[in-house]
Amino acid sequence: MLTELAPLLANVGGAVSLEGIAKPDLNFIDWSIMAIYLAFVIGIGFALKKYMNSAEDFFLSGRSIPGWVCGLAFISANLGAQELIGMAASGAEYGIMTSHFYWVGAIPAMVFLGIFMMPMYYGSKAKSVPEYLKMRYNEPTRVFNSVSFAFMTVASSGISMHALADLLHTLLGWPYAVSLIVTSAIVLAYVLKGGLSSAIYNEVLQFFMIVFGMAPIAYIALKDIGGWEGLMVKLHASPAGEGAVHSWAQTGDLHNPLGVPWYGILFGLGFVLSFGYWTTNFAEVQRALAANSMGAARRTPIIGAIPKMLFPAIVILPGMIAYGLTSDSVAGGYSIPIKDGALNYNQVLPSMIFHYFPNGLLGLALTALMASFMSGMAANVTAFNTVWTYDLYKTMKPNQTDKELLAMGKYATVFGIIAAMGFALVASKYNNIMSILQLVFGFVNAPLFATFLLGMFTKRSNSSGSFWGLVVGTATAVTFHGLSYATGNAPGLKGAWITPVKAFEFPKEMSQGFWVAIVAFSTTFLVNLVISLLTKRTKTDAELAGLVYSLTPKHRDENEPWILRPAVMGSIVMIAVVALNIYFW
Amino acid sequence: MDLRLPIGYVFSIYGLMLAGYGVFTNGEAKSLNIKILGMNVNTFWGLVMLVFGLLMLFFAKKAKNQG
Repeated sequence: MLTELAPLLANVGGAVSLEGIAKPDLNFIDWSIMAIYLAFVIGIGFALKKYMNSAEDFFLSGRSIPGWVCGLAFISANLGAQELIGMAASGAEYGIMTSHFYWVGAIPAMVFLGIFMMPMYYGSKAKSVPEYLKMRYNEPTRVFNSVSFAFMTVASSGISMHALADLLHTLLGWPYAVSLIVTSAIVLAYVLKGGLSSAIYNEVLQFFMIVFGMAPIAYIALKDIGGWEGLMVKLHASPAGEGAVHSWAQTGDLHNPLGVPWYGILFGLGFVLSFGYWTTNFAEVQRALAANSMGAARRTPIIGAIPKMLFPAIVILPGMIAYGLTSDSVAGGYSIPIKDGALNYNQVLPSMIFHYFPNGLLGLALTALMASFMSGMAANVTAFNTVWTYDLYKTMKPNQTDKELLAMGKYATVFGIIAAMGFALVASKYNNIMSILQLVFGFVNAPLFATFLLGMFTKRSNSSGSFWGLVVGTATAVTFHGLSYATGNAPGLKGAWITPVKAFEFPKEMSQGFWVAIVAFSTTFLVNLVISLLTKRTKTDAELAGLVYSLTPKHRDENEPWILRPAVMGSIVMIAVVALNIYFW
Repeated sequence: MDLRLPIGYVFSIYGLMLAGYGVFTNGEAKSLNIKILGMNVNTFWGLVMLVFGLLMLFFAKKAKNQG
């Protein structure tokens, strides 16, 4: 379950089965493009080595990075393999409704993070999201978050490694173990040398690689189908019909490609899942914490929201075109590969690359795919080494010098990469591992968001409420999953493993995932609120200054050009996203 | 380190490589016989990347001159 939610829930790369696709015929130009990219990626790490003089330099870039760099790194950290391959697959399977993962399930949360939450994250001087939880609540809440987060980042990184090694093995014929070691060594080299700065700088390079590598697909494929009008004609005539071309018009009931009504999309995806991911995931927030000023930190997620808003044009549109071409295919033309008698949506993007791109563009696109895996991997590794060093190691050994923390950060980077390789090997043996991990992440994420929401925006929420809210909310999520199921699924990993309850039957796994998150969030919120109101406050207003919105001095941005003020930028982005939703209604 | 420098160099090199390759292999259908401004897709996209790379280098140099 939740595999479709992967781009949102975890930046992991699935095992992208490429059986049935002919291997591309690469030549010297393609290999040269890949080699130059790898040389620059490692070179950036070595060039930044001289700036790594303290733990703060290594873990937080000395809070010296310009806003535009942090903004592009913020979005690139999320551009894992699932973003490209998974969203193109969803575009083919669900049509334009896939845009909800961007225009409802990402942009509002990113704008909210920039305007309302970054003042507390950045202003509190917390080095990590778990450290903020310690300052706001207590040590057990921090440990709960840091242990679950450290485990998930290593696991996510490992699955990204597995997906990349699998891709290189299938496409280029490299042995799996060699692919795994080479890709791990490259990420290790540049993160170990240049710390977070190196990861962020490379993420920006990777962002442009992905845009330049993938954009031509949409253009060439759109030409193939006869332009936008040709696409609409084919989709209207296809079995998906109206459902493929409207994002909201079909959401009055469950009979739409996602199987979710409008209120489920708004509350489940647009609020619980997206805010849970974008506002509490340290791998994302860390990019904003590296910014060189409060204004830059607040602008970071809003700058990231601009390309995020436009990304459907290069990931969802090719998927929709692939479905349109397949539904009315001609001999020699493009059609989605078949696996076990059904359309294999995961092959949409790789198969389009091989079908449409001559050598040259082919090398560029494969390098872009490689870049997408690496950016997700490095984001997780840098988040892991910070959480391990500051939230777990320093808690156990509080009197460490700056040099010792820096050394531990480097050890943690090596350990994180090796542990991730271990996960990659496990993932290569057991196909279910990714579903299990995403399940665990889904159980933890929604309760965590409820805890943050109450912690940042109410003075009354206390440590007893937060701890029991997290425990009861997570247990409720697990129980609800054990009772619910999607139509057609047998009891097991995908739900109903306690007993199937008819009242909790959902038309699709997607809608089941949304409701598990909604139940988890609501339970945590209520338990936290009730226990906090029934017990004494544990922190005074003075102790909560800078940690709770009403007690945090408002950031003055009169000195900044009006267009760069977070509230102005955020408003423009939100108006644009509402316009896009109306246009594709 | 100004990030625009490595990005500028990477995309200038890529642009030159791709545009040059497109010119020398301007023969072999793979990309739907598309011509953009009279160029094949490799040449056109290579020039786009070259312009992007040079712009990045220009802004990096301008920022350096302004201190």
